[in-house]
Amino acid sequence: MIRIEPRNAPSRLMTTGIPVLSAVVALALAAIPLAFAGAPIGPAYVQMFRGVFGSMFAFSEMLTRATPLIFTGLAAALAFRARLWNIGAEGQLYLGAMAAVAIGTGVLDVPGIVLLPMIIILGAAAGAAGMAVPALLKTRFGADEVVTTLLLNFIILIFLQMMLEGPLKDPMGLGWPQSAPILDQGMLPTLMTRMRVHSGLILALVVAAIAQFMLVRSVWGFRLRAVGENAAAARHAGISVNRSLFSVAIISGGLAGLAGVSEVAGLKGYLTADLSPGFGYTGIVVAMLAGLSPAGVVLAALFIASVFVGADSMSRAMGVSSYLADLVVAMSLLCVLIGGFFARYRITRTARAAQ
Amino acid sequence: MMDILQILLSESFWAASLRIATPLIFGVLGALLCEKSGVLNLGIEGIFVAGAMAGWLAVWAGAGLWGGVLVAALAGGFFGLIHAILTVPLGLSQHVSGLGVTLFATSVSYFIYRTALPNVSSPPRIEPFRALDIPILSDLPFVGPVIFQQTAMTMLALFMVLVVWYVLNRTALGVALQAVGDNPDSVDAQGLSVYGLRIGAVVAGSSLMALGGAFLTMSAFDAFFFGMVNGRGWICIALVIFASWRPGKALLGALLFGAFDALQVRLQTEVGAFVPGQVFLMAPYVLSIIALVVAARKADYPRALLHPWFKGQR
Repeated sequence: MIRIEPRNAPSRLMTTGIPVLSAVVALALAAIPLAFAGAPIGPAYVQMFRGVFGSMFAFSEMLTRATPLIFTGLAAALAFRARLWNIGAEGQLYLGAMAAVAIGTGVLDVPGIVLLPMIIILGAAAGAAGMAVPALLKTRFGADEVVTTLLLNFIILIFLQMMLEGPLKDPMGLGWPQSAPILDQGMLPTLMTRMRVHSGLILALVVAAIAQFMLVRSVWGFRLRAVGENAAAARHAGISVNRSLFSVAIISGGLAGLAGVSEVAGLKGYLTADLSPGFGYTGIVVAMLAGLSPAGVVLAALFIASVFVGADSMSRAMGVSSYLADLVVAMSLLCVLIGGFFARYRITRTARAAQ
Repeated sequence: MMDILQILLSESFWAASLRIATPLIFGVLGALLCEKSGVLNLGIEGIFVAGAMAGWLAVWAGAGLWGGVLVAALAGGFFGLIHAILTVPLGLSQHVSGLGVTLFATSVSYFIYRTALPNVSSPPRIEPFRALDIPILSDLPFVGPVIFQQTAMTMLALFMVLVVWYVLNRTALGVALQAVGDNPDSVDAQGLSVYGLRIGAVVAGSSLMALGGAFLTMSAFDAFFFGMVNGRGWICIALVIFASWRPGKALLGALLFGAFDALQVRLQTEVGAFVPGQVFLMAPYVLSIIALVVAARKADYPRALLHPWFKGQR
């Protein structure tokens, strides 16, 4: 007879070891689709590794890719801690990006020291507003935020197309649906010459450090974790559950908005409807790999970004579909979920006779 | 106003409504089966993609249209089984597992499609299901064109409404399935397998979802496109709540949705000059959110929905 028993407390080794193991297993499982595509497996892995660590430029590309994932990973991690299922980071990212180009492309011609903070604050506010709506629908009407945030992603994307063909459209853009470029002084400065990695990465790291501190050390963080672990008990202890949920919703949406700001004002310079290849959804995988810890989000984002950049390089070299990267990311999520089970439970065999 | 009335009275409008509703009928029924047993299946969006791709690819490879339907159902069942194993015996977060299955099923489908057809600029086409021509029935006034000149997959969807309703309400299996979503302990006390019932319901429900995807590539269109599912799965999750987990109401919800979508396409041609087209494109998603908000207060959730159950632990 097989029994599933909860462990008393997952050990430290398990909470850190399991995500690492899951990532390794997911990466190893990539051999199956590689074989299916007929690629030589060993050289493919070597090419993936070189694609990230082969040159300074490759490495900087990985850091560039990790930047938005840190923001969206934090957005998911904080919300999920309170069991608020914000699946709308993709839409909130675009709201942040739209706010950034709305004020950054010439409406306000002020020095960078004024313009850049305004872009960042308004971008975060736009993302926050995007998550405030489903949070209100949840606390006021009991509407499930999973469905509302998912559907809002589609609504916001269509709204974006409307803006890019209307008010935000670049008059000099030769008819393409794209915004005007952000003014030079409104751009996040790059960190290294001839590389694309920009100071959005520094912002992401600072924000991750603040989030880690707030979650573990502040009263706000304590309330949030209490609500996530047992909402009924938290309410009984005098915590306003709705207020906690709403505050984390605002912060989660704001973080996703910052991802959009960072991409548009740090990397691209102007806004198109394909700014994000699903950073919002990938942020969920990052958060789960990180065990919902803000510090872990940084490491998980670096891993996922490596998978994307490495697989891209390998795809170009070997003619394997670049959807391989998405496949590895999805498999790491499933692996870390299964790993989480073994961290929390142990499977024991008891002889039937003993019963 | 007269224009709208004219639209609402036309056969082509109601035929279009049912056509748009067909994939949603499959999806809502599938989601309903899963949730009735206590398991939320957010894998639906990816399972739609998998059904659309697998069914189409099978037909393209020469399996025949019904062979394609079978392959789609099997693909859906496969991804459903992954979700079922993660959420039922392992009792993991249904939200996260479902999203994981969506990401997995989507990326597997895209990867296989790209690997099978590496260098195509325009997607290859198949010969899709044709409109039916049933003696007498298809020639009936109004009802003929609206219902009986649809494709066989629409007939299958309507038939599945009856099947799901019958199984849930008129069979012992259905009673057990509803009980396992409300009170798994009582089912276990009767000596029935909670795990077996839940896994079975999720696999069967996922197969139905995949048929919704297959309808897109094998009946509504004749090719597979990236991003063609476009949130239909999520809309089904909203419609299940709107339908308060009843097959009849699920059909009604899908039809209302289809009618609204057909109406907005027609209105777009009328007032398109004054209102940006995107306003109409947003409408289905806005409508789903409104339906959810309206239904949420009185929603009669299966009581054990989202609650994992472990054998031997009370």
